Amino acid sequence: MASVEAPAAPLVRLDRVRKEFGAVVALQEVSLEVGAGEIVALVGDNGAGKSTLVKMIAGVHQPTSGEIVLDGKPVRLANPNDSRRQGIEVVFQDLALADNQPVYMNMFLGRELVRGPLRRLDRARMATETQQLLDDLDVRIPSPRATIRDLSGGQRQGVAIGRATHWAQRLVLMDEPTAALGVQETARVEEIILRMRDRGRAILIVSHSLDQVFRISDRICVLRRGAQVGVRETAGTSGDEIVALITGLR
Amino acid sequence: MALHEPSTDTSPATGSDPSGSLLARMRRIDPRSYVVYLAFLLILAFFAVTLQDDGFLTSTNLLNIVKQTAPVSVMAVGLVFVLSAGEIDLSIGSVVALAALVAAIVLRDHGLVLGVLAGLGCGVGVGVLNGFFTTALRLPSFLVTLATMGLVAGIARWTTDLEAVAVTNQTFVNVFGSGKVGPVPVLVLWTLGVVLVGHFVFRHTRFGAHVLAIGDNASAARVTGIHVDRVRLAVLVISASAAALGGLLYAGRVQGATYTLGTSDLLIAIAAVVIGGTRLFGGSGSVVGALVGSLIMGMLTNGLILMGLDSNQQMVAQGALLLLAISLTLREPRGR
Repeated sequence: MASVEAPAAPLVRLDRVRKEFGAVVALQEVSLEVGAGEIVALVGDNGAGKSTLVKMIAGVHQPTSGEIVLDGKPVRLANPNDSRRQGIEVVFQDLALADNQPVYMNMFLGRELVRGPLRRLDRARMATETQQLLDDLDVRIPSPRATIRDLSGGQRQGVAIGRATHWAQRLVLMDEPTAALGVQETARVEEIILRMRDRGRAILIVSHSLDQVFRISDRICVLRRGAQVGVRETAGTSGDEIVALITGLR
Repeated sequence: MALHEPSTDTSPATGSDPSGSLLARMRRIDPRSYVVYLAFLLILAFFAVTLQDDGFLTSTNLLNIVKQTAPVSVMAVGLVFVLSAGEIDLSIGSVVALAALVAAIVLRDHGLVLGVLAGLGCGVGVGVLNGFFTTALRLPSFLVTLATMGLVAGIARWTTDLEAVAVTNQTFVNVFGSGKVGPVPVLVLWTLGVVLVGHFVFRHTRFGAHVLAIGDNASAARVTGIHVDRVRLAVLVISASAAALGGLLYAGRVQGATYTLGTSDLLIAIAAVVIGGTRLFGGSGSVVGALVGSLIMGMLTNGLILMGLDSNQQMVAQGALLLLAISLTLREPRGR
C-alpha cells in the first residue's frame, strides 16, 4: 500500500480503523491523516465504505478496532455531539437545514446566542455574525434573515458550509457537497471550500467527481469494497491511475 | 459568478445592512401571517354593524367573549408548541374534563392547594404519558393522543359515574372564575398571562427555537445536537398542562365540573391555532396569532347567538366560516 507522509502533526489521524456490522466487514483497516489547511478527497465506488468512514469520524458509528487520533490524542467519539465537541463538523448531503427558519437560526442551530438574565435569543447578534461569516467566505445571500426556503441550491450549500466552517475548530467532513448543483454553483462552492482550507481547517471530502477531486484536493484516498487501496498526492497522480485504483482494473 | 439571484440583490454582499432595508424587510413578511388580524377586524366590524341593536359592541359583551374563550385560548397556546414541533395532541379536550373533575373532587375533600395541584397534575401526567409513548416507543403522537383521548375521557366519566361535581370553594371560584383584580376579570388575566409567557418562551428562548427547528427538520435538529426527544416530550407536557389549566378555568367559571367540559374544544383550539398562522405540519407558529384565532372563534359563537341562530344553525355557520377562514389564511402559494 502506498502511503504518503502528511505535514508534521496532522490534525486528524486514523490508525488502522476497522468497522464491522455483525458479520459484515464494512471497512477493513484504514489509516489516513489530514493536516490543517489540507484537503483530502475520499473516492471509491458505491459501497466502497466512504460513508462508513465519514460516519465514524462524525461520531455516528464507532470503529470496531483502530483509533481516531486528534492532535496526537486518541479520542472516543461515542456520538455526534462528541465529534462536535472535538471540533469536527459535517456538511451532510441533505444539508441538514431547517427550511422555514431564517439563515441565522440555521447557522446557530443548537448553539443559539442568548443575552440577559432571561436568556433571550440574541437575534441581532446572530444575524450580524452570520452576515460577517458569509461575507468572509463570499457566500452571497439576500439577507441573513431570509428563510432557507427562499434561497437557491448553491446558496443553501453555502450556508451549510459556512455553518461547518464557523463551528469546526479542526476538521470539516463533506459528503458530496456539490452533487445537486449546476456547473456555476459547483465552481462557487469549490471556491468556498478552498477559502475554508486557507483558514487552516482540515477538510475531508467525499466526491464522485474526479474532475472536482483533481481541482481542489491535495491528496486522494481510494477505497474499494471496504479496503483502502491507495493514497496518492494529487499533483503526482493521474485520473487514469485513480480510476484504475477505484475499479481494480489495470 | 455569484450565487445570489440578480433579482434579489444587485449590490455587493459585503457591507450591506444585516437587517436589510425596510422595503426588503416588508417584502419578506408573509402576508398570510397578517390575514388573521385582518379577519379579526373584519368579523368584529361585521358583527358591530349587523348586531348594532343587540349589544354586540358593548364592553360587557366584548369582555364576555374574552372570558368565555379563556380556556380555549389557554389550550391554544399549548397547542402552538405541539403543532410547531410537528406533533399533535388530540387528548387536550379530555384532559380539560379530567382536570376539572379531579380538581373539584380534591378541592372538596382536601382543600384549595391540593385541588389545584391535583388538577394540574392530571395535565402533567397525561402529557408525560403521551410523551413517553411518542418518544421512547417512537409512535406517532397522532395515534398516541388519539388513544389517550379516549382513555382519559373514559377515566373522567368513570371517576364520578357521569355525575357533576359542584365547586363551592369561594377562593377557587375567585381565582379561576368570576374574580376580578381591580376592574379586570381574572379570566382575562389568566389569558394574558399565559399568552405572554407562551409568547416569550416560543419566540425568545432557545427552547422555542428548538421546537421550530424540530418541526421543520427533525433530523437536521438532531445532527446539530438538539435533544429532539426531550423537546417532543416537553411540548406534549406543555399542551396537556395548558389543557388542565383550561379545565380549572372552566371549573371556576361554571362553579362545578362534569365530564362534558371541553369535549368540543379540541377542534376549536386547533382551528384557532391554525387560523392564527401556525403551520399544521410544524416549523412555524405564533402564540399571539393563536390568541387572535381563539378570539375569532369566540366572537363567531357570540355573534351567531346574538343573531338568534340556534345551536344547530350555529354549527353550520361556524363550519362554513371556518372553511372561509382557513382558505384565506392557509392557502399555500402556487409553485411551492
